[in-house]
Amino acid sequence: MFNEILERIKKGQFWQFPGGVIPPGKKALSNNVEIERLPLADKLYIPVKQHVGVSGRISVEKGHRVLKGQPLTQSMNPLSVPIHAPTSGTIEDIRQHVSNHPSGIPEQTLILVPDGKEEWVDLKPVSDYQSLPRATLVEEICSAGIAGMGGAGFPAHIKLSSGRNIEFLIINGVECEPYITSDDRLMREHAWQIRQGIDVLSHILKPRHVLIAIEDNKPEAFAAMEIAFQDNPAYSLCAVETKYPAGGEKQLIQVLTGKEVPSKGLPVDIGIIMHNVGTCYAIADAIFSGKPLLERVVTVTGEALTTPQNVWLPLGTPVAHAIAQCGYLAGQQKAKRVIMGGPMMGYTLHSDLVPIVKTSNCILVPSDKEMPFPGDEHPCIRCGACADACPAGLLPQQLYWHAKAKEYDKAQALNLFDCIECGACAFVCPSNIPLVHYYRGAKADIRIQQDEAIKAAKAKERFEARNARLEKEKLEREEKARQSAAARAKRQEQAVQTKDKPAVPAANDRVAAALARAKAKKAQQAEHDSDATRQVETATTEPVKDTTPGDSNSTEQQSRVATAIARAKAKKAQQAESTSALSDEPATQEGDKAADDDPQKARVAAAIARAKAKKAQQTEGTSTLSDKPATQEGDKPAGDDPQKARVAAAIARAKAKKAQQAENAPAAPEFELENSSHNEPDAQAMPEASANAPESSDDKQDRVAAAIARAKAKRAAREQQSKNNEQDD
Amino acid sequence: MSFIAITVLALLFGALLGYAAIRFRVEGDPLVEQIDELLPQTQCGQCGYPGCKPYAEAIANGDDINKCPPGGEATIKKLADLMGVEAKPLDAAHGAEDVKKVANIREDECIGCTKCIQACPVDAIVGATRQMHTVIIDECTGCDLCVAPCPVDCIDMLPVKETEKNWRWQLDQIPVKQVS
Repeated sequence: MFNEILERIKKGQFWQFPGGVIPPGKKALSNNVEIERLPLADKLYIPVKQHVGVSGRISVEKGHRVLKGQPLTQSMNPLSVPIHAPTSGTIEDIRQHVSNHPSGIPEQTLILVPDGKEEWVDLKPVSDYQSLPRATLVEEICSAGIAGMGGAGFPAHIKLSSGRNIEFLIINGVECEPYITSDDRLMREHAWQIRQGIDVLSHILKPRHVLIAIEDNKPEAFAAMEIAFQDNPAYSLCAVETKYPAGGEKQLIQVLTGKEVPSKGLPVDIGIIMHNVGTCYAIADAIFSGKPLLERVVTVTGEALTTPQNVWLPLGTPVAHAIAQCGYLAGQQKAKRVIMGGPMMGYTLHSDLVPIVKTSNCILVPSDKEMPFPGDEHPCIRCGACADACPAGLLPQQLYWHAKAKEYDKAQALNLFDCIECGACAFVCPSNIPLVHYYRGAKADIRIQQDEAIKAAKAKERFEARNARLEKEKLEREEKARQSAAARAKRQEQAVQTKDKPAVPAANDRVAAALARAKAKKAQQAEHDSDATRQVETATTEPVKDTTPGDSNSTEQQSRVATAIARAKAKKAQQAESTSALSDEPATQEGDKAADDDPQKARVAAAIARAKAKKAQQTEGTSTLSDKPATQEGDKPAGDDPQKARVAAAIARAKAKKAQQAENAPAAPEFELENSSHNEPDAQAMPEASANAPESSDDKQDRVAAAIARAKAKRAAREQQSKNNEQDD
Repeated sequence: MSFIAITVLALLFGALLGYAAIRFRVEGDPLVEQIDELLPQTQCGQCGYPGCKPYAEAIANGDDINKCPPGGEATIKKLADLMGVEAKPLDAAHGAEDVKKVANIREDECIGCTKCIQACPVDAIVGATRQMHTVIIDECTGCDLCVAPCPVDCIDMLPVKETEKNWRWQLDQIPVKQVS
């Protein structure tokens, strides 16, 4: 296959690509004079990004003085190449400036004011490139900032770092677009340097054969190149037929080898790599003199200029400067119209301050007569001329319908993305339909839609991840809450158990002890008070005591008083007892219930219970004149928990009752003396008293005792009454 | 004879179908997934549902397809194609189609309350308590949900900046004249 192709090439028999047009060349305008150097512009506008890919990081600051060839950005990404200062001078500003792009959207731009000294940085040319490893050379080419100079601006080093076997290295000197002659002039004047660059490339890529393609409308360039390449049989010069767009990468491959680059594929997929002659020149510069890419040949042409010519323009030179230097004839244009690129694929600039970048090969300033404004767009007549002209074998008419109707899926089904936007279809269209504009619009829309689809997928993923996270956090929280609740419940249970078995010193025991101490102190004070009252009371009761035994046959009045007092006391005691019992029971019930719920509630309940117990005790204490040991014993355990509080309350009650008994006793013996024979049956005769005391045995005894006392008092009173009645009778 | 053959065939195919129903069972509702694919995934809730998936479910259950302002006419058209219904204009009750926007926090005014972080459906805001917050522009869907919770109103919805990447060729520049 390879040999077959080579044989055909040697014979000069090439293939054809479908379609194509032959527009008027207009190359004679600019290709007859040597490439000139213009005076430097006052300011250079150097965009940070001048190629396909990503921009590097700016490594200079506003106000810095830079030398010619000094890198201004650092390449951070394999897809980025650095830019360099095209001349020595000062960085005046780093700001947004109108871009060299159909949109004219401002982009980050370094503004360099040249000082005219042209001071170079230290150049490091590679002395013997053949002894260096490929990777080093590729790195050199990358750091020289070389990007494809044919128009696409693909970083050159990426094409060079492919590890695949390369059959053909094709050097593109076709320059098929009308008006443009920069490669033509470069080949005529610098054929030898281009040859050097190709030597470096073939050293790096090791292709089986190198093809240099030049359109047959450039015989001078062909002759110059022939001389430069004559000694090496691995190089073949090919004079290809002049037909637009033969210089398109895919079309040229098809013409030279008969192979087609697969859709969405790259030439390297079929073992071919293509470089522009301008790129080869720049590579030679970078390797042999160490100069980075600082300037390029630009065709400044059009009938609105007095001297259309090719010029070396430092990158960043504003278009206005180049036009002015070439003699702009304002009278030839109604409004200033500058086209970047050729008439077929170029775009009208928004501003003449747009800078020259690495991919700019032509500034076209046509007169209005030469290139009239496109006429009105007429409806498609379905003539099919566009389909005949399409070099990619597409159906431009169908693509146009779908693009116009925004039926992008159908447009994509017709391989819209294989369109190379050459403009051949629009050139032949009898209805003046700007077909390529529709395709570009459709492509941009589809790309944006794809980006949005990717973004939507990402957003969905993030949304779902967030929801999953929130759900997980919620579950974790619930689980934690449940665990801690369980732990607390368990602790509570343990606490209750350990407190039932006394004497397990815990933190809250200590608190309780402190509380108890405080209470004891209070109780002591209260005792002092009650001692005083007791003294008073004993003082009041003593006379009764004294008098009753004193005259045993006392008067009715005295005995009546005594029994009344006894009755009153008994009644009071009973009341106090019942209230305390009543207030105690709900409190403990609450405490028990709460203990099941949770510890905090239990604690609150315990506190309430304690408070109630204390109240009950207080009422008891005040009513029954509690004594010191009773309050101390009663208070201490009350601090602990409801059960203890209950016990304490019970003990307190018992003590109170005892005290009451003791108090009643002075009266009781009197009755005992009187009614000793009725003592036992009386106790049995009072069942309600024992029924009222269900709680503890202590309590029961106390109650029984109290009941006995009451009963006795009652009986005594009754007997007294009957006695009185008898006496009355 | 033919009766037996038909019966045998019927049983055979029945068994085959039964097996296929179990073996190739589709989990979930594929229609909901398809609708969800078409929705813009801003999770903004302007349709009245808490996110795009719930709205997709609602559409699958017969809700209107014109309640998604971020998707706009393009989404309605796609949904109409998918659902086999007539495309209708966007329901104005749910908002109007707008240019794509992203949230921007005026960082010096941010008090670090984290309210916007909690509101963001796609976790596109970074920050911590009493620390400045900021929006990850690439992740922001422009749903507007963070604006209301901000106690100091330091969040703006800014239109996405036009770059060379997202620039659309201006077809309006081409003079189109009616030919009568």
